Amino acid sequence: MNQKPMKRHTSVKAKSKKTSGQSRAAPAKELGAKAAPAKAKKSALGTMIGVADLDDIAVGGAILGTGGGGDPYIGKLMAQQAIRRHGPVKMIDVDAIRDDDLVVPCAMMGAPTVMVEKIPQGEEILAAFRKLERFLGKKIGAILCAEAGGLNSTIPFVIGAMTGIPVIDGDGMGRAYPEIQMVTFTMHGVSATPMVIVDDKGNSVLLECIDNRWTERLARAATIEMGGSVLISLYPMTGAVAKKASVRGTLTLARRLGEILRESRAAHADAVKAIQSKLNAATIFEGRVTDIARRTETGFARGEAKFVGVDAYRAHTYRIEFQNEFLIAEQDGEPIVTTPDLITLLDADTGAPITTETIRFGLRVVAIAIPCAPQWRTPAGLALVGPHYFGYKVEYRPFKARV
Amino acid sequence: MIRIGIDVGGTNTDAVVMEGDRVLASFKATTSPDVTTGVSEALAGALKQSGVATRSVGVVALGTTHFTNAVVQRRDLAPVAAVRLGLPATQALPPMVDWPPDLREAIGGRFYFAHGGHEFDGRAITPLDPDELRKIAKDIVKKKIRTIAISSVFSPINAEVERQAGEIFAAAIPGAHITLSSDIGRIGLLERENAAIMNACLRDLSGVVMGAFKKALDRTGVAARFFLTQNDGTLMDAAFAERFPVLTFASGPTNSMRGAAFLSGVQDGIVIDVGGTTTDVGSLHKGFPRQASVAVEIGGVRTNFRMPDVFSIGLGGGSLVVEDKKTGEVTVGPRSVGYRLTSDALIFGGKVLTTSDVIVAAGRADFGDRAKAARLSPSLIAKTRARIMEMATNAVERSRLSPEPLPAIVVGGGSVLIDSKIGDLDVIKPKHFACANAVGAAIAQISGEVDRIYMLSKASREDALDDAKQKAKEAAIAAGARADSVTIVDVEDVPLAYIPGNATRVKVKAVGELAL
Repeated sequence: MNQKPMKRHTSVKAKSKKTSGQSRAAPAKELGAKAAPAKAKKSALGTMIGVADLDDIAVGGAILGTGGGGDPYIGKLMAQQAIRRHGPVKMIDVDAIRDDDLVVPCAMMGAPTVMVEKIPQGEEILAAFRKLERFLGKKIGAILCAEAGGLNSTIPFVIGAMTGIPVIDGDGMGRAYPEIQMVTFTMHGVSATPMVIVDDKGNSVLLECIDNRWTERLARAATIEMGGSVLISLYPMTGAVAKKASVRGTLTLARRLGEILRESRAAHADAVKAIQSKLNAATIFEGRVTDIARRTETGFARGEAKFVGVDAYRAHTYRIEFQNEFLIAEQDGEPIVTTPDLITLLDADTGAPITTETIRFGLRVVAIAIPCAPQWRTPAGLALVGPHYFGYKVEYRPFKARV
Repeated sequence: MIRIGIDVGGTNTDAVVMEGDRVLASFKATTSPDVTTGVSEALAGALKQSGVATRSVGVVALGTTHFTNAVVQRRDLAPVAAVRLGLPATQALPPMVDWPPDLREAIGGRFYFAHGGHEFDGRAITPLDPDELRKIAKDIVKKKIRTIAISSVFSPINAEVERQAGEIFAAAIPGAHITLSSDIGRIGLLERENAAIMNACLRDLSGVVMGAFKKALDRTGVAARFFLTQNDGTLMDAAFAERFPVLTFASGPTNSMRGAAFLSGVQDGIVIDVGGTTTDVGSLHKGFPRQASVAVEIGGVRTNFRMPDVFSIGLGGGSLVVEDKKTGEVTVGPRSVGYRLTSDALIFGGKVLTTSDVIVAAGRADFGDRAKAARLSPSLIAKTRARIMEMATNAVERSRLSPEPLPAIVVGGGSVLIDSKIGDLDVIKPKHFACANAVGAAIAQISGEVDRIYMLSKASREDALDDAKQKAKEAAIAAGARADSVTIVDVEDVPLAYIPGNATRVKVKAVGELAL
């Protein structure tokens, strides 16, 4: 598309040669070539994801981001660039992979605010994949999304386009969460390491940790030193494990949500209602923001938003607390929905998802509760991401029982 | 002291003459292709009507949609070289990556990556390489490009490398127009860079248009200080505006809302600006338009300008009224006869049924020839008026901040359409409502803004906010505000998720009266 008059970043080139350079064309083909024949038969089950699909996935990803997860815009553009250059990405059902295939999740890690400013160099994710392959001595057969909510809903398609490796339709959360260990993989005993972290300069870190909490601590420290935004490959697992441990169908869901929002806008239909029925979601309330407070504690964007109900909800007041993501919703002081169920705010007029950073006084919203992936409702799931883990003295009850 | 406010729109050029808080006169002229003629006409007309001596005019403030329209219509744009400092980072998404292809082509789409830029905590990504920049300059010269936009990673926190690069290009390409992204935008590299590139491509045009404005002042003999209004409703002096034409984007809705606040004396309320084709609805908070929180697209390009959160609907004085013959249902707009109102509407002898015809037939306004709309049935008139009010009510509900019964201020040429309460809100139609835009320009203030990241592990939140407030005040005073009038109008701090050390982004805005 654009000409590139500058082709002489000598020092950079030298660096990236060692890590990720030259890789764009040749090794990518190797990977794809090796993986392709095995997949060919089952590819009938796959869907080709193109440039326009990413527009929908990014919007749906923001809905599943439950107020956090980062703005998918940058990731979307990166994936669209990669697809324009290398062609569409095959998205497959997790059952379409072989049990002994190597499956590797990928993600962008760091502060969303840094990501919108220091855009990646572009080869980091490829380097992260190839280093992990080299360490494990095995080619990656399928890419898995780590987090279907927010920015990371789009990252698998960047590497998928670059390498030709298929992307599994699913993820490790079915939503967004802030820490590395907060994935369904942890519950299934999958180790986050060996994990590779790569920055824009070509630095990389290989972690081997005793448990996934330690991985979070050490990876977080490295991310900050590396400039607050990095790309990672982690949780290597077999196809057999991926079939048990992943949350299925979430990328198709994200795409469908984006599609629903786009179509209902074009038809001037009720976007909020359409989204709700697709997600099997219930309205928590409709209201207006009356207060928004934000603060920083232990590296989280914490805060609370207060609302006054309108229409059928006008007799009540509401409060939603967040730690990057929305975690607990209260009606008249009583908790009615908590993590791990998804609490999402939609603009009452347009159905557009609203993130914690964009909540503002006076905004009219519809708060909806979406049932979380069933894995999260187990004791192991609740220990990882239940209300107690986030410091709330509330017992989790599936929202359907009350709303 | 006499102030003159001018609004140069696509169709009309309005001028108002003000003394203190009083509007002495207002005058509407037609916008001319050369700009100068329309401005001189409006200026001379308003001055004559006011009886004020030309020499007693102290300030002229002008708002214009000229530069926005140039981008939207892809005309008169100069080719630009976009230079981004941040290698090896950011190569994944080159400059203009998300632009509409036709606009990118209109300005040549040329870009260069170079070393430089900063991390979020102020460390350099890589050092600036002057030789690299000089080579880029040579290539720019070879390509005969004379406007350059420079962006650098995290330049809102540290603009040093952008400045150094700017000096290198200025030395290598004498007379080049150079725009630094840190002078224009805030955090968000692509959006800030987009603004810088759009500014660069308007630099040639801004020289011409500013020249045309000055010529109009000279022609009418006005020797006053001359300002342009920017998108946040504050002023910039003419020399600054010529360097930063992009800052005039969206000044139109801002001026009409500020003008409405001023004319009505209302500080908190909903403003309804009814034009010929559309109605813009926005809300006023402490006399300023509420800002949009999401990225705003201009001509298809994503930006992060401070812009009023305005909701537009297809309702205006020229909107078409159509009655469904079967159901009897009446639809209003979004199609409009626009500037052809005075030839196409029934009351002007035309054949198209418009909202203006209905309102005149209803006896709620008197212009054109009422007899020509006499055949409209009472039921059509009633249904149309009900539909107009329904549309206005829905738009107002959307912009409403609270259940409090805030007043609704109606301004603009099509204000006659609104003739009763909007829902439960009282309607105020201030005097000179048709020229609210020009009034908004005349009363604009001077502002300064700070948007930066503080590490709260190194400074307390209070110290960080105080520092930001001080810097915002200094910026306002540097821009021409009177020191004793400067107040902080907006403070916002957002913790940066996922980074320990309490990195927090602080945004502060200060405004003050123009120092005279």
